[in-house]
Formats: sequence, structure tokens, C-alpha cells
Amino acid sequence: MPTDQTPGSIPGHENNGGVPRIQFEDVVKRFGSTTVLDNLNFNVGRGERVTLIGPSGSGKTTILRLLMTLEHLTDGYIWVDGDPLTHARQDGKRVELKSKQVAQVRKRIGMVFQQFNLFPNMTVVDNVIEAPIHVLGQSKEQARENALDLLDKVGLSHRVDAHPSQLSGGQQQRVAIARAMAMDPEILLLDEVTSALDPELVGDVLAVLKDVAANTDITMLIVTHEMQFAQDVSDRVMMFDSGHIIEEGHPDKIFSEPDHDRTRKFLQAVL
Amino acid sequence: MWDTSLFIETLPVLIGAFLKITLVVTVLSSILSALLGLVWAIALRELPAWAAAPLRFVLDFIRMTPLPVHLLVIYYAFNNLSPMTVGVLVFGVHYSTYMAESYRAGIDSIRKGQWEAATALSLPASRTWRAVILPQAIRNTLPSLGNWAIAMFKDTPFLIFISVPEMVTEARQFGGQHFSYVEAMTVAGLLFLVASYPTAVLMRKLEKKLAY
Amino acid sequence: MAEFFSDLGTVLLRLLGDGLTATLAAFAGGAVLMVIVAVLLGVAEHQGPGWLQVIARVIVELFRGTSLVVQLFFIFYVIPTFTGFDLGSTWTAIVALGLNYGAYGAEVVRGSLNAVPAGQWETTTALSMPWLTKMRRVIWPQAWALMLPGFNNLMVMLVKGTAVVGLVLLADLTFEAEQLRRQVGTWPAFIGAMLIYYVIALVVSTIMRIMERRAQRRLGLGDFEIAQARKQADEALAGAATPLDTGTGPADLVPAPRRPGGGDA
Repeated sequence: MPTDQTPGSIPGHENNGGVPRIQFEDVVKRFGSTTVLDNLNFNVGRGERVTLIGPSGSGKTTILRLLMTLEHLTDGYIWVDGDPLTHARQDGKRVELKSKQVAQVRKRIGMVFQQFNLFPNMTVVDNVIEAPIHVLGQSKEQARENALDLLDKVGLSHRVDAHPSQLSGGQQQRVAIARAMAMDPEILLLDEVTSALDPELVGDVLAVLKDVAANTDITMLIVTHEMQFAQDVSDRVMMFDSGHIIEEGHPDKIFSEPDHDRTRKFLQAVL
Repeated sequence: MWDTSLFIETLPVLIGAFLKITLVVTVLSSILSALLGLVWAIALRELPAWAAAPLRFVLDFIRMTPLPVHLLVIYYAFNNLSPMTVGVLVFGVHYSTYMAESYRAGIDSIRKGQWEAATALSLPASRTWRAVILPQAIRNTLPSLGNWAIAMFKDTPFLIFISVPEMVTEARQFGGQHFSYVEAMTVAGLLFLVASYPTAVLMRKLEKKLAY
Repeated sequence: MAEFFSDLGTVLLRLLGDGLTATLAAFAGGAVLMVIVAVLLGVAEHQGPGWLQVIARVIVELFRGTSLVVQLFFIFYVIPTFTGFDLGSTWTAIVALGLNYGAYGAEVVRGSLNAVPAGQWETTTALSMPWLTKMRRVIWPQAWALMLPGFNNLMVMLVKGTAVVGLVLLADLTFEAEQLRRQVGTWPAFIGAMLIYYVIALVVSTIMRIMERRAQRRLGLGDFEIAQARKQADEALAGAATPLDTGTGPADLVPAPRRPGGGDA
């Protein structure tokens, strides 16, 4: 039976006075006549690492995209640290926020894409400093200093003046991670970030992400097929199917002794 | 039949008109239409539907009606403007409607992920256009803009309609004065060919080089 | 304001009487000749023996690279003195328009022949079909559906192109509008002319669209393929003022070695 009413607070990730980092409330998302998410409710605590697994079309990527405001909510609310992201409640009515208000909250969220999406007309370092300068208002020197530091952490300090087209997929993805981290986000969304990579390049990217997980307390929402990585990094795994959470729990439990049949079948297919 | 001395005599006249009128109009109009075309493309994309629709209609109307008629109406309606000025303005606006389509194609061909990355970084719209979209779109569109400039160049003889002494007008006049048209027309044709063909080839090469 | 519309009405009626006939004659003749020239040159470029491909290519680049007006004057002024044969205004206009737009059309035809899948060509070879049968029964019907969007664009350009025929003393819409200007004023005269041109262009384009859809449905192409072919023609128009430039250059004056599909695929 789908468990939609989930407090979602794991010990060790106490929320800020009880306010979860992320809260999905009665979220509905329809694409035309297809309902992908139907009254979805879940929370994510501060610093929590949650992996979403499930068959394609189950809604996992949609959740990330809704959080990043790349898709519009059909109904429901998304709260970030208790603040409304795109819609708020005013006098009992559901009100859409103006884009400036949305931008304020969205700044706390960063995303790394499956297709990297680096800006091809800019060098690596320019890609990383673009948003810090024009969104966070940092000075060029300060942004550059931070960028070089981040690029060093992801192992690309020798390619800072290269253009994305000169880099391998794995290198581009690492730049993408640095670019997202340069905004100092509270929440990092990872949308199948290794699915488009050649197998030999996957390890380097996962190493960078494990580094991020270990050395920061950033909240992470991860969609991935890399089950080992999920097990290494996650505090909680949520199994999705047809827009509902079928099962969730600690990765050790979910991966070894799942309760539900569908979870078991899915894991058998991918593991 | 063919008089080589006439051929030689006509060369400086036609080359002069080519340089002073044809090239000048082509260059100035191309710049105008490239700039205007970008304005239309962004406007059609960013304006609300009630404003974009009439703009689209006006641009389509201009694009689907003949250039000579546009030249004539502006020439007669604003007879304080010099014919050259009318020519540059009309060519500029007329071809801007084609170039707007080219820009549209160039902007549309930018992968959705670029827009999404800009959203993910919370880049404001103005910055997204200036730093991410336009540099890529213009790069995509440049070869097509070049091809349209070449087409415009071949349409400059339409300036005959408003009495601009461009190259083909001069050729016809020369032919009439010397009772033989073949030399002057051949020179005119050759000048067009020599100017447009290598440029077209260059545009194709440029297209291949510019692909990311 | 009301005066403008009554003037406009006068203009439309007069133009529809006088200038329209000449414009339509130039368009119709030009369109027919354009298609004939385009098919002949396009097939020659794609299928001909090496020397024919070169000749066709040269003719195409000659007409594409020089201006319509130059070609018009050449036929009007030069040909009569050389051959003693005067075509007259209408036929001069038709020949010039047909040759010029036909050269652009040749590229449309060639591109469409290229776009017919290689498997189709190879099957006809495997069945030992003679060339005429192959083209008539298998290749052409498929290429035709693919070339209609390109021809649609060219037809609209041809409608606009007829405006030059006044230069060879043909009393077309533009010519008559300029005459009318003295009576009714600049704006009514020319806006009237533009409206008529616009309507002609719309009608032509709509007829072409209907032909496109019929040809594509007959081939069993679904909505997606139809949209694709139209999109490609529009992209080509947006991307190349030399419509449907298939990316060939002077190197192709030396034809590529023949392959089973023929031409320079």
C-alpha cells in the first residue's frame, strides 16, 4: 500500500525548529491528460541525503524538476525551509507567487543535469563564475577565487580556460557540479548525472559527489541508477511507482530486504 | 555584335556604380536588417500573445509582398528622403523579416537544457539572453544572415524603380546610349557573379566551422 | 480615414481589372517554366553522366549567382539583337522568371532526389529496372512529396518576383499602381497593390499546402513526416537565401564517383 503520509524526519537530521528542508504538500502534476504525481506528500530533513528510485515514468525526475521550477505545479505546494517556492496560501486560497519571489527561494537550490548543460560559449571558469557574479552579486575576483578553488576540488584546475567542447563527458559533469556548488546551495538536486557518461568516466564523477556528501551538510535529492552510490551516500531511499511512494527506508534495508513486491522486482532488474 | 572596346569602356562606369551604390546599400541594409531581425525575433518570443500576433501579421505581410512596391510607396510618401536613403531603409526592413525567421530558427535550435541550466542557476532573463542564448543563437544564425545578405545584394537592381543610379541602371543607360546592351549587361552579370559566388561558398564553409 | 478606404476600393477595382492579368500571366507562365527547368536541371545534376552534371551545375550557379534583373534585361535587350527574334514583354518576363527561379528549383529537386532513401534506389537496381521506369514508378513519386514544401516557398517568391516585369514594359499590378498614384494618392494605390499580391501569395501557398498533404498522405507519410518535410523547407528558407542549399560547393563541379543511388549522394 502506498505510504504517502510520511513525516520524513530521520534522527540525526533534526529540522530547524521542526521545519523540514523540503516539503511536498498535496502535489499534483499533470502533463496534458497524464497524471504523473497525484497528491504526493513527503518531507526531506536538513542535510538529509535521499535517493529516489523506480521505473522511468514513475515521477522521480518530475519531482526534481518541480523543485527546480522547471515544471509548473498543477496543484499543491512546495515548501523550502517553510517558505513557499511557487505557490503560497493567502486567506485560505492558493496563490501563485511572482517570479521575483520565486527566484529568492530558488537561489537556495542547485541542480546538476544528465546532459551537463554547460554554456558552450564560455570557458570552464566563466561557466562557474557567471551566476555568483550576476545572481549573488559577488565581485569578479571573489567569484574567480571561489571558482578556482571548486574546480581544484573536482580535479580540473588544469582545464579552467578550456571550452566545454574540449572536455570529456565526465570532465564536463564535474564542471557542472562545481558550477552548481559555486552558488553555495542548501539543496542539491542530482538528476541521473552519470547516465549519459561512458562507464569509465562514471567513477570520477561519483567520487566528486561522495566528496561533496562527506564534506558538506548540503541536502541532496538524488535520482540515479547507480545503486552502489545510492547505498554509499543516502540516508533514505524512496521507491516510486506511478507517482506514489511505494516504500521508503534506510538503504541497507531497502536494498537487502525490501517489504514490497514491486520494490523487489525493480531491484532485481537493476542490481 | 560584340564590341570589346565598349566592354572596356563600360568597366569603370559599372565598377564605380557597383562600389558607390550597390555595395554601400548592401552593407548598410544588411546591418540594419540584421539588427532589426533580432529585435523582431526576440519581440515575437517575449511579447504577450495580444501584442505578438499583430506584429507577426505585419512582418508576414511585408515578407509576402514585393520589394519594388515597398520601394515605390516609401519613395513617394516620403519624398524629402533621398532615394538612397529610401533604398537602405526599405531593403533593411524587408530583409529584416527574413532574418527574423533565421534568428527564430537559430534560437529554437538551442537545446532546452541551456535554458534549464540558466533557470537552475537563477540567472535573470536579461542575463540569460545576453550571456547564454544570444551568443549561441547569433553564432547559429550567422551563415543564414550571410546568405540573406547575398540575396539582398542580388536584389539591389530593384533600386531602378526609384531612380537610384546603381549598377544595372547604369548598364541599361550605357547600353541605350551606345545602341548595344550586350557588353554592359555582361559586365553587370559578371560583377554579380564574381561578388556573390565566392561569398556564398565562404558562407557554407563558415557554417561548417561555426558548428559547436 | 473614410476617404482612404473609398480610395482603396477604387484602387482595388481598377487594379483587378488592369494590372492583375499581366501579373497572373507572368506568374503562371513563370511557374510552369520554373518547374520544367527545375526538373530538367535537377535531374541532370543528380542523375546525368559526368559532363551533363557539370553543365547543369554551371547553368544553375550562373542563374543563381547573377541578378534576376540582369537576366531580364539580357533577354529583353540582348537576345533580340543577336537572334533577330523578339519575344515580346510577356514572354521575356516568363522566360526570365522561369529560368531564374528554375535554377533555385533545381536545387530543391536535387535535394529531394538525395533525400529518397538509398534503399529505394538499390531495390530498383536489384530488380533491374530501366532508368525511366525506376524514376517514374519508384523514385519520383517519393521525391515529389519531399520537394513540394521547397516549391511552395519558391512559388511565393515567384509571386513577388513578378513585380519586376514592369521593367520590360509589362503593365502589371505594380506598374498600374504607380499610374493610379496620381489619381488616388500614394498610400491607397500601393496598399491596394500589396493586398492583391498578398492574397495571390496566400492562395498559391494554400494550394501548394493541399498538394503537399495529398502527396505525402498518398505515400503513407504520417503527420510527423509531413511536419518534418515542411519544417525542413522552412529551415532551409530561413537558413539559406539560396533555398535548400544542400551544402555543395565548387568542388562538386567535379562530380563524385557514381554510386548505386546515382548522383552525388
